[in-house]
Amino acid sequence: MLGYIVRRLLMAVPVMGVVALVVFSLLYLTPGDPAQVLAGDTATPEQIAKIRTTLGLDQPPIQRFGGWLWHIVKGDLGTSIFSGEAVTHMIGQRLEATFSLLLLAVVFSIAIGVPFGVAAAARRGSWIDGALTTYSTLGFSLPAFIAGYALAFLFATTLKWLPVQGFVPLDGGVWPWLRNLILPAVTLSLVYSAIIGRVTRASMLEVLSEDYIRTARAKGVAPWRILFRHALQNAAVPVITIIGIGIATLIGSAVITENVFAIPGVGRLTVDAILHRDYPIIQGVVLMLSAAYVLVNVAVDLCYTLLDPRIRY
Amino acid sequence: MRKRLSMWIGGGLLVVMILIALLAPFILTGDPRALSPGSRLQPPSALHWFGTDQLGRDLFLRVLYGARISLFVGFSVALLSSIIGTAIGMVSAASRRADMVVMRVMDGVMSIPAILLAIALMAVTGGSVLNVIVAVTLVEIPRVARLIRGIVLSLREQTYVEAAISVGTPPGMIVIRHLLPGIVAPLIVQATFVWATAMILEAALSFIGAGTPPTIPSWGNILADARALWQIRPTMIFFPAAFLFVTLLSVNMLGDGLRDLLDPRQAPEI
Repeated sequence: MLGYIVRRLLMAVPVMGVVALVVFSLLYLTPGDPAQVLAGDTATPEQIAKIRTTLGLDQPPIQRFGGWLWHIVKGDLGTSIFSGEAVTHMIGQRLEATFSLLLLAVVFSIAIGVPFGVAAAARRGSWIDGALTTYSTLGFSLPAFIAGYALAFLFATTLKWLPVQGFVPLDGGVWPWLRNLILPAVTLSLVYSAIIGRVTRASMLEVLSEDYIRTARAKGVAPWRILFRHALQNAAVPVITIIGIGIATLIGSAVITENVFAIPGVGRLTVDAILHRDYPIIQGVVLMLSAAYVLVNVAVDLCYTLLDPRIRY
Repeated sequence: MRKRLSMWIGGGLLVVMILIALLAPFILTGDPRALSPGSRLQPPSALHWFGTDQLGRDLFLRVLYGARISLFVGFSVALLSSIIGTAIGMVSAASRRADMVVMRVMDGVMSIPAILLAIALMAVTGGSVLNVIVAVTLVEIPRVARLIRGIVLSLREQTYVEAAISVGTPPGMIVIRHLLPGIVAPLIVQATFVWATAMILEAALSFIGAGTPPTIPSWGNILADARALWQIRPTMIFFPAAFLFVTLLSVNMLGDGLRDLLDPRQAPEI
C-alpha cells in the first residue's frame, strides 16, 4: 500500500511538470513583447524594464524555465510586480477562505447529490427521477455567479436570514464562519451536486440490476439497507471519480464566486492581480490550484482501494 | 418523447436568441453605448424597458446587443475547437509516438481548472473578443481531442475499417469514408456542450474583468458593471442574468436532445 502511494505520487510529478511548462509557455504566446503587454499601454520604459527583469524575460527561455522551476521546487513562486510581496505569502494568507469555501461546497454537494441520485435510481421513472433530470439541466445552465446573486437576493437582502457578503475566519467561531459561507457554498454546490447526482443515479442503476441485489431482496433485507449498504458501497467508485474530476470545475467557480460574496480568498487575489496586471500572482494561483486538483485526484485513486477490496495495486 | 420535446423547445429558444443577435442593429433604434448622465440608474419604465445603468446607458439595448457577443464567442469556440480538436485527436490516434507526447500535454492542460487557464491566457494577451475566443478555444481543445481519439481508436478495430485497410484503401480515403462519419454525431453533441461552456467562460471572464473590453456590451460586462450596485438596483443583474441563463438552458436542452437522438451510447440513461 505504502509503495502504491509513493508510486501514485510520483506519477503526478510529470503531470505537474507539464502544467508548469504550459503555465510558463503562456508568456511566450503573446505576439510581441510580453513585458510590454503586461505593463499596459500607459507604462513608462522603466516600468517595462522592471517587469522584464522581475520575470527574467531578459534571459533565454530554456535557462529561465530551469531557474523558474528550481525556485518553484524550493517553494518560491516569485514576487508580486505590484506590491513586491512574495507570491507564496500572498496566496497563503488567502488560502483559509478559499479552502473553507471549497470544503463546505464539497460537503453540501455530496449531501445533496448522493441521496438525490440514490432516490432517483431507486424510484426510476418517478417524479423524483424527473426532478433530478430537471435539477441537473438547470444546474448546468446556471453559472455560479448568477446563482450566487439569485441566492443572495433571496436569502440575504429579502429574507435577511444570512449575511450578504464577507468572511469570518474559523478563529472567530464556528457559527460566524459557517453563516458567511452557507450561501456561497450552496451556490457552488448547485452544478457540482447535479453532476454527482447524475453519476450516482447511473452507477446505482447498474448495481441494482446485479444478482446479489435480487438475492438480498429475496431473503427480505430491508429496502433502505439494500440501497445504502449493498448497492451504494458498490456504486461508489464512479461517484468518487466524478467528485475528484469535478473539483476542477469547483475550483474555477470558487474563484468567480468569491467576487460575488466579497470573500477575501484566492479568487479575489486573482481578480486584483488581473486589475494590476500582476502576472506572477496569476501564475502562482494557477500552479497552486492545479497542484491541489492533481493531489485531490491522487487521493481519489487511493480511496478506491479502501472502498473496493477487489481493486489491488 | 419528452426528450424530443425539450430538444425542440431548446432549439426554438436558441433560434430566437440568434435572431435577436443578428437583427439587433436593424430592429432596435438607439446606441447601447450612448451615455445619458441625466437618467442614471433608472428602474424599468416604458422608455427604458430594463432601466438604465450608472452611466445612463439603456439596459434593454445593452442586453439585446450582449446576445451578439455571447453567441458569437460560443459559436466560434465550438467551431474552432471542434476542427482543431478533431485534427489533434486523429493524429494522436494514428501515431503511437505522437500520442505519447500529445496526450501528456492534454493531460497537463486539463489539470488546470478551465477558468484559471483562460484567466492566465487573457492576462498575457490582453482583453479583446478575439483573445477571448482564442483563450477559451485553447481550453476546450483537449476535451474534444480526447473524445475523438477515443472514438477513432475504437473505430479502427471495427471489421469494416480493417477490411478497408486490407484491400489497400489509401489512408486519406479511410479517414474520409470510414472514420469521419463515425465521428460526426458525437462531435456535434460535444460541440453544443462546448458552445454552452464557452458562453459561461466568456461571461465569467468579462465579469471579473479579464474578458471582452469593458466598452463592449457583453452579458459578462453588464453583470460586472452591476457588481457594486445590485443591492440598490437588482434589475441590473436580473436581465443580463436571465438572458444568459435562458440561452445556456436552450443550448443544453438542444445538446441533451441531440445526444439521445444521434449518439445513444453516450446518453446517461442505461
